[in-house]
Amino acid sequence: MRPQRSRPGMILSYALLSVLALLFLTPVVMMLTGSLKPDERVLTEAGTLAGFIPDQASLQNYTDVFTRTDFLGFLINSLFITSTIVICGLLVNALAAYAFARLHWRGRDLLFNLVLALMILPLEAIAIPLFYGVSLLGLRDTYLAQILPFIANAFSIYLFYSFFIGLPRELEEAARLDGASTLRIFFSIILPNSKPVFASVAILSFLMWWGAYLWPLMVTIGPEVRPLPVAIAAFYTLPPLQWGDILAFGVMMVAPVLLVFLLFQRWFVRGVAASGIKG
Amino acid sequence: MRPVSRLNDQTPSALLLVGPALIGLLLFVLLPFLFALLTAFTNLRLGSPLPLEFVELKQFTRIFNDPAFLQALVNNLLFALVVVPIQTALALGLALLLNQGLRGTAIYRTLFFMPVVFPMSLVAVVWILIYAPGPNGMMNNLLDLLSFGQWQPRDFLRDPLLALPAIMLLSIWQGAGFQMVILLAGLQAIPQELDEAAALDGAGRWQRFLHVTLPQLRNPLIFVMLITTILAFRLFDQVQIMTRGGPNNATTTVMYEMVETVFTRQQVARASAMTVVFFLLVLVVTWLQRRLVRQIREVE
Repeated sequence: MRPQRSRPGMILSYALLSVLALLFLTPVVMMLTGSLKPDERVLTEAGTLAGFIPDQASLQNYTDVFTRTDFLGFLINSLFITSTIVICGLLVNALAAYAFARLHWRGRDLLFNLVLALMILPLEAIAIPLFYGVSLLGLRDTYLAQILPFIANAFSIYLFYSFFIGLPRELEEAARLDGASTLRIFFSIILPNSKPVFASVAILSFLMWWGAYLWPLMVTIGPEVRPLPVAIAAFYTLPPLQWGDILAFGVMMVAPVLLVFLLFQRWFVRGVAASGIKG
Repeated sequence: MRPVSRLNDQTPSALLLVGPALIGLLLFVLLPFLFALLTAFTNLRLGSPLPLEFVELKQFTRIFNDPAFLQALVNNLLFALVVVPIQTALALGLALLLNQGLRGTAIYRTLFFMPVVFPMSLVAVVWILIYAPGPNGMMNNLLDLLSFGQWQPRDFLRDPLLALPAIMLLSIWQGAGFQMVILLAGLQAIPQELDEAAALDGAGRWQRFLHVTLPQLRNPLIFVMLITTILAFRLFDQVQIMTRGGPNNATTTVMYEMVETVFTRQQVARASAMTVVFFLLVLVVTWLQRRLVRQIREVE
């Protein structure tokens, strides 16, 4: 039982929460209503209450986005790049973490310490040499340059490792005595018992790469393999400046993720909380 | 660890499992990093006909004599000094409010977390509209309302004094929910009995917060402060989209200078030197965090 709150305390809590929620929500509502308005009215009404009332709502801006840019192409690029990194990353990093957590082999501790040490290096610390390498190899403006370097991830390995190390050994022992191979044990016993950590890693790496800007900005040149975050920044600089179209682009860009987030909210929250456990 | 005996040696299958991840990490993380460390001491440029030379610390003396880079360091530090405490306090406040078991908590949590799923580049573009100059701008209007008409409309993103705070504000908006969720998990891990025992001993709510909740929340708090500090040094997206480092370098950052150096001037070596400086900053912050956590463990 939680201690009973006093009535004024409760009202104060609700008041605070509501004011803060309003502040958090305002930019989102403004984006949504603005996207439904004629372009020229978005800017002039943004600061007034009228900015939040979508009178004369139309989907004109949304159709404009499709005629002015290759929105679908960017969406497909983003989906392809992000899902490939996430799915391949789950497999590669989970397998590695399993070997670190459960198998006995020479060099294990040394290599695991190396992985832990590499966790400190954010992408920004390697972007320049990576960019140099990609340019030398003529791999700018490719999917490969946006995917391959980011599949193996030290932090993902660490998250998987922390989870696997806590699984009861008895789970695997019977199968091992029966002579099942390591891969078989991993797929038929470890995997079904590790859904939470797979969900956490998938969500964290999805959030990271879906919104990634620095690296795709560096390696993409034309619009062919450009992902959404770079595309919206480019759309903003594309004359004429039409705020309704830009906001419609934004709504379409975030809507699928928002929907997935609302449906699987528990997993998102758990995934993010898991990243903090190591603290 | 058990010694590896011949009988239970699983080296071959282990190497198979670790192989792909290890090759990836070596090829795309360790190797590039070592390459950056080395090239920082050379004159390497993209597509330059000049022969490669070892130039000792020249690149470092260059960047530390570059007023834009120095301003970038100051801006990153300012950003960290302002954003880390404010964002952490806000996230802690939200987490505490949500941890009271009030009805409707889930809805509020959703709202506060929602900006986290917004890509930063989208947030930056939307907030350009919020910061629109002139009396019609949303932020100008809000401040006008709050100051009972005293506010003079400003062009936030072109104002040397206001541009960086403007970027700080939207960063807090986007990031607070992430921290809140981590702190909320930390709060929920605190055994209820501790709080109840303190209450029975006659401790007031504020005392219980100071002497029960905060100490129990120390590690998650240090963790969120660490990631926010490192995020402050990684600051790039918002700056590149909203201000391009301007006006007058008022919002430039180490990352922005680094990317500009390699993009507009192809100076790989000089950008590598900036990478090294950035890495050292991250290293110091991480080291401080580890020390803090260790000290607390020793005290306990």
